[in-house]
This record gives sequence, C-alpha cells and structure tokens, in this order.
Amino acid sequence: MSSTVAPHAAAPRPDLPATDGHAVEPRENYLNVDYGWKSWLLSTDHKRIAVMYLITIMFMILVGGSFAILLRLELATPAGDLLQSETYNKIFTMHGVVMVFFFLIPGIPAVLGNFLVPIMIGAKDLAFPKINLLSYYIFLAGITLTLIAVAMGGVDTGWTFYTPYSSTYANSQVALAAIAVFVTGFSSILTGLNFIVTVHKMRAPGMTWFRLPLFIWAQYATSLIIMLGTPVIAITVALVGLERLFHIGIFDPTYGGDPVLFQHMFWFYSHPAVYIMILPAMGVMSELVTAFSKKRVFGYHIMAFSTLAIAVIGFFVWGHHLFVSGQSTYAGVMFSVITMLVAVPSAIKVFNWVSTMYRGDVWLTTPMCFAIAFLGLFTVGGLTGIFLGAMGFDIHVHDTYFVVAHFHYVMVGGMVTAFFGGIHFWWPKMFGRMYPENMGRISAAIIFIGFNLTFFPQFILGYMGMPRRYHFYPEEWQVLNVLSTAGATLLGTGYLLPMIYLPWSLKFGKVASKNPWGAKGLEWQIDSPPTTFNFDKVPIVTEEAYAYPEGSRHQREAEVV
Amino acid sequence: MSGNQPHIAPIKLYLGVFATLIAGTWLTYWVALQDFGWLNTPLALLIAVVKATVVVLYFMHVRWQSKMTMVFAAAGFVWLLILFAFTLQDYFTRSWLPIYG
Amino acid sequence: MSSVDATGLAHHFEDLEQQHESATLGMWAFLITEIMFFGGLFGAYVVYRTMYPEAWENGSKELDVFLGALNTTVLIGSSLTMALAVRSAQHGKNRQVIGFTFLTMVLGFVFLGVKIVEYHAKWEHHLIPGPHFMFEGHLGGHEELFFALYFVMTGTHAFHMIIGAGLMIWVILKAARNEYTPQHHSHVEMIGLYWHFVDIVWIFLFPLLYLLGRHGHASIGH
Repeated sequence: MSSTVAPHAAAPRPDLPATDGHAVEPRENYLNVDYGWKSWLLSTDHKRIAVMYLITIMFMILVGGSFAILLRLELATPAGDLLQSETYNKIFTMHGVVMVFFFLIPGIPAVLGNFLVPIMIGAKDLAFPKINLLSYYIFLAGITLTLIAVAMGGVDTGWTFYTPYSSTYANSQVALAAIAVFVTGFSSILTGLNFIVTVHKMRAPGMTWFRLPLFIWAQYATSLIIMLGTPVIAITVALVGLERLFHIGIFDPTYGGDPVLFQHMFWFYSHPAVYIMILPAMGVMSELVTAFSKKRVFGYHIMAFSTLAIAVIGFFVWGHHLFVSGQSTYAGVMFSVITMLVAVPSAIKVFNWVSTMYRGDVWLTTPMCFAIAFLGLFTVGGLTGIFLGAMGFDIHVHDTYFVVAHFHYVMVGGMVTAFFGGIHFWWPKMFGRMYPENMGRISAAIIFIGFNLTFFPQFILGYMGMPRRYHFYPEEWQVLNVLSTAGATLLGTGYLLPMIYLPWSLKFGKVASKNPWGAKGLEWQIDSPPTTFNFDKVPIVTEEAYAYPEGSRHQREAEVV
Repeated sequence: MSGNQPHIAPIKLYLGVFATLIAGTWLTYWVALQDFGWLNTPLALLIAVVKATVVVLYFMHVRWQSKMTMVFAAAGFVWLLILFAFTLQDYFTRSWLPIYG
Repeated sequence: MSSVDATGLAHHFEDLEQQHESATLGMWAFLITEIMFFGGLFGAYVVYRTMYPEAWENGSKELDVFLGALNTTVLIGSSLTMALAVRSAQHGKNRQVIGFTFLTMVLGFVFLGVKIVEYHAKWEHHLIPGPHFMFEGHLGGHEELFFALYFVMTGTHAFHMIIGAGLMIWVILKAARNEYTPQHHSHVEMIGLYWHFVDIVWIFLFPLLYLLGRHGHASIGH
C-alpha cells in the first residue's frame, strides 16, 4: 500500500519537539511515551496491552511446558516410577488446561491481534480500549484461579472435564478449575467482541473488506467463533460446577441426566475452539508467506472465503468427538461426512500458500523458516485429522496416542509454529529492535526436528494401540517412547532459545527500521515501534493487500534476458 | 440511525407494543389451557417468537437500524438452532439401529 | 489515553456517529453471546424434555401460573418504562430519564420479590434439587431434572436482572449529572438493549416452564 498517504516523510514531524540534538534518542513511541508501573497496568493502548499479554502468555507456556516435560520424563520408562497415577492424571490435566485456555486460544489474538488489528486497518485503537484492558485483567483472574486450583491439589479429569467423572466422582479441584475456565471465557469474549466491532467500524478510508490483510480476516472469523461458541462452554462448565456443589443431577445418570449431553455441549464450543487456535495461525501464515515471497497471495478472495468457511463449517462437526460415546450411528455418520468438508477450505489454504511461494522471491528469514515448518507440520496434522474424522478408523485409534500426535501436529506444529514465526516477523515493529537472525534460524530448525521426533513416534504408538492418559505401558513400546522423550527435550530447547535471545535483543539487538522486510501493509509504513496513536494522519488506502510488483524475481530476470 | 439524529419513536408506538405483549401473554396462557395435541408447544413457541420479534424490532430499535445490526440480531438465534438441531439429530436417531455408535 | 472530549467523543473515533454505531454493534455482539449462554440451558431443556415429557408436565404443574403470569406482566411493563427512559434520553430530558429508570428498577425488584416468594414455596415443598428433593412423597425421579433446570434457568435470569438493576443506578447517577444529550446517550441505550434482552428470555421461559400440560386438568395453579 505504498500509495497511501505516507504518514512520515524523512523530515521530522513539525508537531513533535525537534530531536536534532539527540540523534541517538529514539522519537517518542508507545514504549517510551511514559514510564512507571501505572502507565502500563492502567494503559488502554492496544499495543501495551498486547505486550502485557505477551509476557503473561510466555509465563503460561513455561508453566504448561514444565508439565509436559514431567509427562515425557515419566514416559521414558515403561514402569510408573517418576509419577504415581494420580499425580500423572493431574499433571496431564493441568498441561492441557494451561496450554489450551491460557496459551493456544488467546495466544495469537491477544498478542499479535491486539497489537496489529488496529494498525493493519488504519485505526488509532480498538473500538473499546477500556474493555480491552478489562479483558486482560479477567484473563489474569482466570490464571490466578487456575494456579490456586493447582496449589490446592490440582484437577485430574483431563482438560475436557467429562461427566459424570468430573461432576460426581473426581476428588480434585474441579469446581475451582471450572470457575477458572468460565472466567477466562469472558476474557476471550471481550477480545472477540472488540475485534468484530473494530473491523466493522474502524477501518480507514479506502480499506474495503477485500483490501483487508488476510490476518484481519482470520482474526475476524476467529472472533465470530469466540462470540458464538464460548458462551456455551461457559454455561456448560457452570452446570458441572453446580452439579458438583449442589448435586442437582443435570449430568448424573441416576437422575436420568445424560453425560453425553455434556459432551455435545462441551464440543459445540471446544471443536470450533480448535479453529479459534488455528485460524489466527493461518492468518499469520498468509502474512509471512507473502512478505517473504514478495508476491501477492495466490487467490486472495478464496483465501478470505475459506477462512469464513472454516469458521462456519467448524460448528457442524463437533460430533466426531463422540463416535464412541453412545451417540447414534446416524449422527456419527452425519458428523463424519461434514468433517470431511472442513478439510476442503484448510487444504485450499495450504495449496494457496505453496502457490504463493512458487516462483516467488523466497527469502529464508527466521519467520519464513517457521512458515515453511508450519506448512509441513500442519499438512501432517490436517491429513491425520481426516483419518480421525472417518468413523471406522476413529473407533480403532480413539483415545490413543494417534489422537495425541494428531492434535499436537495441528496445535503445536501449526499454531505454536505460526505464533513464533509471527513474533519474529513483527518483533522489530513491536520493540524497534532486530533479533539475532542466525539464532532464529537455528531455533526454527531445532523446533522442526525436535517436534517431529517427539510426535511422529506417537502416531505409530497410537496405531499400535497405546492409550493416552496412562503413566505406564508395556516394555515393547519403550524405544518409541524414548525417542519421543528425547525429541521433547530438543523441542523444549528450541522453544527456550527465542525466550532468551528475544529479550536479549531488546537491549543489544540492531535498531530496526520502519520496514526491515520490505513488506507491504499499513503496519510497515509507521514507525518501529509505533507512536501511541499509530498514525499521525488517518491513512487513505488505495490498493489491495499484498500489492507486491507483478511477476517474481525470476520472471523479471527472464524478461531481461 | 445516526448518533446525531436518532430516530425517536412516538410514545403511542411504545404503548402499542406494550399492549401487544400483554395480549400475547394472555393468548399464550389461553392456548396452554386448550388441547391442541402436539401443536400446543409449537403454538406457545410461535407466540413467544412473535413477542420477542416485536421487542427486538421496536423496543430495541432494530427496525430503524443498519442491516448489519439485523444480521447480528438474527445470527445469535440461527446459531442457537444449529446447537439444537445437531444435538437433537443424535437423540432422535438413537433408536434407529439396535446398536449404539 | 482513551481521552474523551466535551461532546463525549473518545479520542480514537472520528465522529460521534462512528462511536454510536460501534457501541450499538458491540452491544448486539454481546447479546449474541448472551443468547448462546442461555441457549446452552435451553438446549439441555429441549433434550431432557424430549426424553422425559411426563416428568416435565408433572413438574410444570407444580409451578404457580398466576405468579408466573404476574411476573411476565411486570417485566413487560419494565421493558416499556425502559424504552421510555431511552426515549427521554434521546430528547436529552435527564429528569425524565431518572423517573423512568427508577420505575424500571422498582418493577425489576417487584419481579425478584415474586421470584423469592416462588422459590420459598418450592423450598417448603422439597422441590429444590439435591439430597432433600421429594416429588409427591418420593425421593428423586426425573422431575428433579425439571426443577434443576427450572432453578438454573430462572436463577440465571434473575442474576441478569440484578446486574441490570445495578446498571440502572449508574444510569440514574449519570442522568443526575445531566450527562445525556440528544447527541450523546449511547450509554442508556445500551443498558436498555440489555434489559429488553432479559425480558425476551423471560418471554420464552414463561410458556416453556409454567404452561406445560395445563389442558384437560381441573386444577390450574396452586
């Protein structure tokens, strides 16, 4: 969008104090505009809130990651030696709860979305800045409740809280964890609401719907799912809490209650919730692939519509989690067939990213390395999803490590990889510093190798019948389990590296220019880091997204020859 | 409707809406006392939907607002139907086959 | 940050129209979540009613139709006064806003008072789900599910009304400071939308909870 009214020429702006005498001092931006705890904790600036989310979510990754390390350590040997069964149940539950509700779901929307949605559409802030701050504090409250639940002994139901175990039999802090999930749900509802209204009402002049970056489409579709799904899980876990506290019998078979109804209501949200996790990642992918192929995205419109299609179709497939739960066979077939449909828009996206890279000017920076890793891992995760959506096959591998491997390929291989790619891509914009490029590439490579080593053996284990959620297993499965644990160690190292060199770069990294990648998009036309109100003048958009010059480098060279 | 020139409905209209809602309440009570067989519940729901629509259109001003607001207002109810329909397709078909999925 | 100028325009909006439209759209988005929130309960209601139609009729007959109908009327009345409060705000008549909002609040409390009377009667008849639940002298039974849903649904509804009453106080305080003008009154309008939504929920709850199996029986109400 180079033809937008350029907000900053090279000359210093007249409305700011001249900085000639202090050339080293960066100009005023959202980070240095004021200092002190209060200016952060009470800030309604979407960028500061994004940074607070980033710090909080990084902390939660460490918490959830340490649980994962404990699980893999236990599984290094066939005997249950490190953890006893009860502790193991609690650890995998807390790993799931922390990772799903406090990292995967809020990860990209709350951090990158908060930071970028207003900037990418040319707005000064989200539509409701105070509600944005409120959503952060509700998120903190949810975390606090979860950590209290952990401190008081933890939960052992699995992150899915299946009844009647959770409502009647479990002797752990289910009610507290349910309240924590309920509270956290409000946080994501408020973020989603904010994004929807912002995209509808705050777009800069000329920023039509079909000029929106695909990242915005992804955030919008995600927000729709959040608005329509999250309240249902809220009322569902509230019912579980009431059942536990007052024994009202809603999911208790002794009173005629149906535990399968819980599963219907739970998955009505929680299946679309996997699209809450992956759609923003797909949005990040579209930005990375275009920026580092220097090409327009292949099939912009179909990319936008497939985003919406995933969001909508995602609401019709939840029953594929209930194939062995006593759901009717007819319903199972229906859900199985519709599950096949949701693969279509996802596949379109993968094809289009690859087509975008094809004959593009591919630049293998760290974010692009993460993007390519995403392509591979998400494809494996998505294809095994089709296996699992097929009812017959699912009955064979239901509740085995095949399922565990599948959703880790989609969630970790997809969402987390895109999250790290996005963080690296926009790091210069967020903090005005470059991260060490080679360290970045190394960590991307370690993550890719470590990830496959961790989770590919689990496909085989699951196919051979190793059930999930047990802390011991027959000895013949030890080799694959040791491979998986070794991979997890490597993977953990890969994730730790950025957590060290990114903060390091805040002080020692090279100062970043406005547009270190030569990328298109409104966010690359403003300062790094941006000023508090992002734009000095409302930008006027005259071009579609990703308006890179026609023809790739190779074509241009060919023309010269 | 814009922030500067809000559409202000006459008081008479509001009173009319109120009267309609009260009449609807009595009608729904009367319907409940009659034996319409399986139609009792659909009739009660029909009256409730009409009453709710009147509230949405007039008390909540949707009638004078942008199409987008109408879409939003409708979306919630449509999604509710998805939840009901796809949950019930399980419960209604459990006895179709002598085996359970 | 988030500074607001004299006309009530926040810094990040271009004009009051954009700000008002954003507020309206945001409120409707919020109401969608409320619809889905209650929707989960209605979903459970539908499933269990199709499973246990007789228990549902038996349970429904224990509810007091007169009090239910009275409450419906009270709530519709409060919706009217709320609509009039918003209308007064559109004219910038802050005194009227206070009056109508206060009336709305009073009607809301009448509703909650009647609800307490009803809940108390259920307590006396051992109809509160839990260990002491008894139906026609028997322990448990599927009627317990009906009453579980009755209490959760009406309780959630009543909770929303209590929040609404709290918001009314906020409206009254703002109106007392003459803050509503014909240009700037989104605040009271949004709270109005919320209150009407609570009314709509009750419009569905009344026939679905109170009016089942009423035909062909001599005893109506209690």
